[in-house]
Amino acid sequence: MSSPSPAAFSMAPPNQWEEFTEGMWRRNPVFVMVLGMCPTLAVTVSAINSISMGLATTFVLAASCFLVSLLRRLIPKEVRIATYIVIIATFVTVVDYAVQAISLDLYEALGAYIQLIVANCLVLGRAEAHAARAAPIPATLNAIGMGLGFTLGLTMIGGVREILGAGAFFGVPLFGPGFQPWVVMVLPPGGFFVMAGWLLLFAIVRRRMAARNAGAASSVGSSAVAASSGACHGA
Amino acid sequence: MNAPAKSPAAFQATSTFTLLRTLSVVSAICGLIIVVSYMATLDRAKANRRLAAQRAVFKVLPDAVTVKDYLALPNGDIVPAGGGDPPPGALRFYSAYDAEGRFEGIAAEGAAKGYADMVRVMFGYRESCHCIVGIGVVSMRETPGIGDRILTDKAFLTNFKALDVRLNDDLSALANEVKVVKHGAKTQAWQVDAISGATVTSRAVGKGVNDAAQLLLPRLVPKLDQLREKP
Repeated sequence: MSSPSPAAFSMAPPNQWEEFTEGMWRRNPVFVMVLGMCPTLAVTVSAINSISMGLATTFVLAASCFLVSLLRRLIPKEVRIATYIVIIATFVTVVDYAVQAISLDLYEALGAYIQLIVANCLVLGRAEAHAARAAPIPATLNAIGMGLGFTLGLTMIGGVREILGAGAFFGVPLFGPGFQPWVVMVLPPGGFFVMAGWLLLFAIVRRRMAARNAGAASSVGSSAVAASSGACHGA
Repeated sequence: MNAPAKSPAAFQATSTFTLLRTLSVVSAICGLIIVVSYMATLDRAKANRRLAAQRAVFKVLPDAVTVKDYLALPNGDIVPAGGGDPPPGALRFYSAYDAEGRFEGIAAEGAAKGYADMVRVMFGYRESCHCIVGIGVVSMRETPGIGDRILTDKAFLTNFKALDVRLNDDLSALANEVKVVKHGAKTQAWQVDAISGATVTSRAVGKGVNDAAQLLLPRLVPKLDQLREKP
């Protein structure tokens, strides 16, 4: 430990903040990295299922990244994947027991997808690509940020599907009894439709922002850019 | 032993012992975490399961206030269900009592393959009419808006207000098999009128009820006196 320069010291908080927010937006696991699509498409039939699945994944991600980062100097690279999977499977089992203790209805609704967090490439990907190379605190912060970004992505898909497919949001009916549910939205194809809709929206927004940053905003109505970027932040 | 040949590069093979040691240490830590969390959540999870089963019983036998679970063993004995796994071939059922402790009826679970997955139903049985007096769905993954009408379709649920499941004369099986018939074709008290457009799911409900009743009732009916007193 050589004496850290004051400048480096003062850089630390924004760095940790960046670690934390990386997964929330800039590299959102669902919409930017497009990782872990299995639960994303399967359990997002309602907002509450999405948020529970997201939080379960966040816990697994944070706990395994912490342990992987803690043990990173002890794990020989030949057995690293096996070790990571054992660690991840452990925390998935913990979540499985915890959900059974919290609510059996939720456990029934999430079904096999809790156990399938083991195979979620987001978790193994972050353990391998980040936690194995970072100190425990930044690794955990980054994992929590990624997990919350995943939760946000899932809830955005689940919210839209629940509103369109069941006429409710978090179980609260939004429309009158005359509402005719758009059933396909809560069936598997609806997951793809809504996912595609969000990806399309973000692609348009990103392109417009890039165009504006490049000083080529003259080709696009600036009011339209403001409106769409506002929609992006509000979403 | 199985260390690869030393390559000229900076690659340094780790000894087998180190690999084994690492895997053992990590597995030991993980095993400990799993055991601790299992112990910590076991009671809550058990209580949740009991509550969920009781809720389902209250739904099919609305006058019930207390519920006790029993096992019907293959040799015909009826024993209170304790903790742990039931012996093979045992059927779990619930004996329900009303507010004054009077015997109210029996509830049990049946399951059959529906359109998407198993449809698990709980049914209530009353001795006075030898019939099923109500059903509730324990779990299913049927198509929303189509298969899940078994929960809401009033005409379908009326089938299970007094579904005849009396036993034959030597008490070995149901006198008449519970049968799901095409919508509008029900003529007998042991038939179930399917929902038109949700025939597969309707059949699953009928088959689940029939299979469970065929197995459970012949064991149970001769011993009902044993359950009449509230324990």
